[in-house]
Amino acid sequence: MATEPVSGAEIVIKALVDQGVEVIFGYPGGAVLPLYDALFKQNQIRHILVRHEQAAVHAAEGYARSTGRVGVVLVTSGPGATNAVTGLTDALMDSVPIVCLTGQVPTHLIGNDAFQEADTTGITRPVTKHNYLVKSIGDLSRVIHEAFHVARSGRPGPVVVDLPKDIQQAKHEYVNHANQRHRSYNPQMKPDRALVERAVEMMAKAERPLFYIGGGVVNSGIAASQLLTEFVRLTGFPCTQTLMGLGAFPASDPLSLGMVGMHGMYESNHAMHDCDLMINIGARFDDRVTGRLTAFSPGSKKIHVDIDPSSINKNVHVDLAVVGDVGHVIEDMLRIWKARQVKPNGKALASWWDQINKWRGRECLRYRPSNEVIKPQYMLQRLYEAIKGRDYYITTEVGQHQMWAAQFIKFEKPNHWMTSGGLGTMGYGLPAAIGVQIAHPEALVIDVAGEASILMNIQEMSTAAQYRLPVKVFIMNNRWMGMVRQWQELLHGGRYSESYSESLPDFVKLADAFGWTGLRATKPAEMDGIIKTMIETEGPVIVDVAVDERENCFPMIPSGAAHNEMLLGPDDQQASPVSEEGMVLV
Amino acid sequence: MQQQQQTERHTISVMVDNEAGVLARVIGLFSGRGYNIESLTVAEVDAERHFSRITVVTSGTPMVIEQIKNQLRRLVPVHRVTDLTVEGPSLERELILVKVKGTGDKRVESLRIADIFRARVVDSTIESFVFEMTGSTEKLTAFINLMQPLGLVEVSRTGVVAISRGPEAI
Repeated sequence: MATEPVSGAEIVIKALVDQGVEVIFGYPGGAVLPLYDALFKQNQIRHILVRHEQAAVHAAEGYARSTGRVGVVLVTSGPGATNAVTGLTDALMDSVPIVCLTGQVPTHLIGNDAFQEADTTGITRPVTKHNYLVKSIGDLSRVIHEAFHVARSGRPGPVVVDLPKDIQQAKHEYVNHANQRHRSYNPQMKPDRALVERAVEMMAKAERPLFYIGGGVVNSGIAASQLLTEFVRLTGFPCTQTLMGLGAFPASDPLSLGMVGMHGMYESNHAMHDCDLMINIGARFDDRVTGRLTAFSPGSKKIHVDIDPSSINKNVHVDLAVVGDVGHVIEDMLRIWKARQVKPNGKALASWWDQINKWRGRECLRYRPSNEVIKPQYMLQRLYEAIKGRDYYITTEVGQHQMWAAQFIKFEKPNHWMTSGGLGTMGYGLPAAIGVQIAHPEALVIDVAGEASILMNIQEMSTAAQYRLPVKVFIMNNRWMGMVRQWQELLHGGRYSESYSESLPDFVKLADAFGWTGLRATKPAEMDGIIKTMIETEGPVIVDVAVDERENCFPMIPSGAAHNEMLLGPDDQQASPVSEEGMVLV
Repeated sequence: MQQQQQTERHTISVMVDNEAGVLARVIGLFSGRGYNIESLTVAEVDAERHFSRITVVTSGTPMVIEQIKNQLRRLVPVHRVTDLTVEGPSLERELILVKVKGTGDKRVESLRIADIFRARVVDSTIESFVFEMTGSTEKLTAFINLMQPLGLVEVSRTGVVAISRGPEAI
């Protein structure tokens, strides 16, 4: 299908439109001026101007994770690309589909240390799923379409396309390469049926089974979560989720044990330690989940379902590996389970649930309430009570507030919880909330933040103001880098090296400066009122909540410890100091 | 469960698209994840289809070797990863160029040993030889060791290339 030759920049736009792109997040610069000119001349794609390129990627992540679509980023060469690196790494670690278009100096200047030149493909190679440098206009449309295919298929991830300025200006015919098969890249989607049958046989015989659900279920799409929910309910097995898997199974279901891992639930971690069959679906045995590997679930057989073969047997040796898209695998499991009319061992399962309910009885999220000072847990409990009937999306920054948010805010559906899990990027939450709000203009989008993290991308308040995005930033302000302070208390004899913020801004005045509404709470009695005001206020709101400065996040598996060595509160912390071995871990 | 496993040496063939940056992807994978590279060779083997073949000799525990193969397979331009060490019998060859400088008895002795090893003289001056030899890594290393006292001044070696025995192609 021959068409009139158009410029490279127009080819990019046409390819984006053919890929169904509606929004891109970006920041202009010299090497992308032709692309911005092409954007100016069209009205199919909306461009959201951020204030820093890192935020462009996080916003695209928020957009992608709340919609299941590919997030698109456009930045300039040199500093534009290097600023995007943290966001790309974040997307790689959390398997978020991103296509990031970077400008590059003209091909004849590459390698000459030209103005705003950086070796973008070299720098981003280890932090992307794949990257391209387009050196010939003839490759351009194929590369753009391929980038989308690679980003969204298999285990999703970020893809960079580096576009020299002369390529953006060169003329060529546009050919739609969507749906073209790749000659080497072809991830396995359908599982080997015999392996799925074996998995079902193992489940039928299990006495103390446990589902261990990860972000892969969310990535697989909403149908995977629905199938999973149906399957878990059919089996009656307990189900725990990772930080990234929250929402993949409804938190309110009695079969849900909540989050597993370092700050996970007591019952989840004990169940993981004591189970005889672990069914890992779309999780990756991350060190935040396993604790000390030598003591990780010593008595269990392990099934691992993952789309990425390199996740299998990486940290933990498993007994049965099923490679495939988790949605397909669960569908097959469900079908086989029904066809064979599997009856699990009811008696064993009942006594397993008795044990789990004893662990639940410990009420691991209990804390000492106060009428004087706002406890961090209290502020999130009240937030959850206020929002739970609504369609809410939560993003977070990184640290104590993130863990408390994961513990106290419940998710019934996937794609409503956006947090930086793998990389742990402070400054993720506000730009991610902006991306979510762009995708869901009517929804309630709240960034649960810490006062230190929020300062890392605070400039994005300006973006939210420009697009009148009613995001809510709910700051848990304890004046410390809380998680750093907690570890210094636990591991370094309370020597709080550089973890106190001496001169924080007045967040209410800051809100005013950016055209936001600013609110502040200092007493527990003010909490409900301020949350109500936050929700009811139109436009963006920042809420500065002064909380107990010394509160630590529990329960906790100290580094180097096992799942059954959890600390439930300050008293346990005194009783069991961290081992030498644990000191060197992060 | 996580018992200490023995380190094994494996020779892995990787068929890749011959495109810019593909070698950097493979090397970056090894350095970024802390895997060993004992030797690595690369050249285009199919000009029509733009295929390059990378032969990498690595060592690690069986779990790490599995990881290496799976990580390699994950790279977008990788077509095929074959572990020649486990997938049936295979041949390994390396080529060296060895420069030996000397006169008199040592010069004669180096020539005599080269003859025993079936090395070829590819350059000669009054006071030096350059020998060319192919063979297994062990044989080449043995030759180099013997040349050491006879005036060895420089070695260049290609690293291992390998192929499976029999009629089947990978």
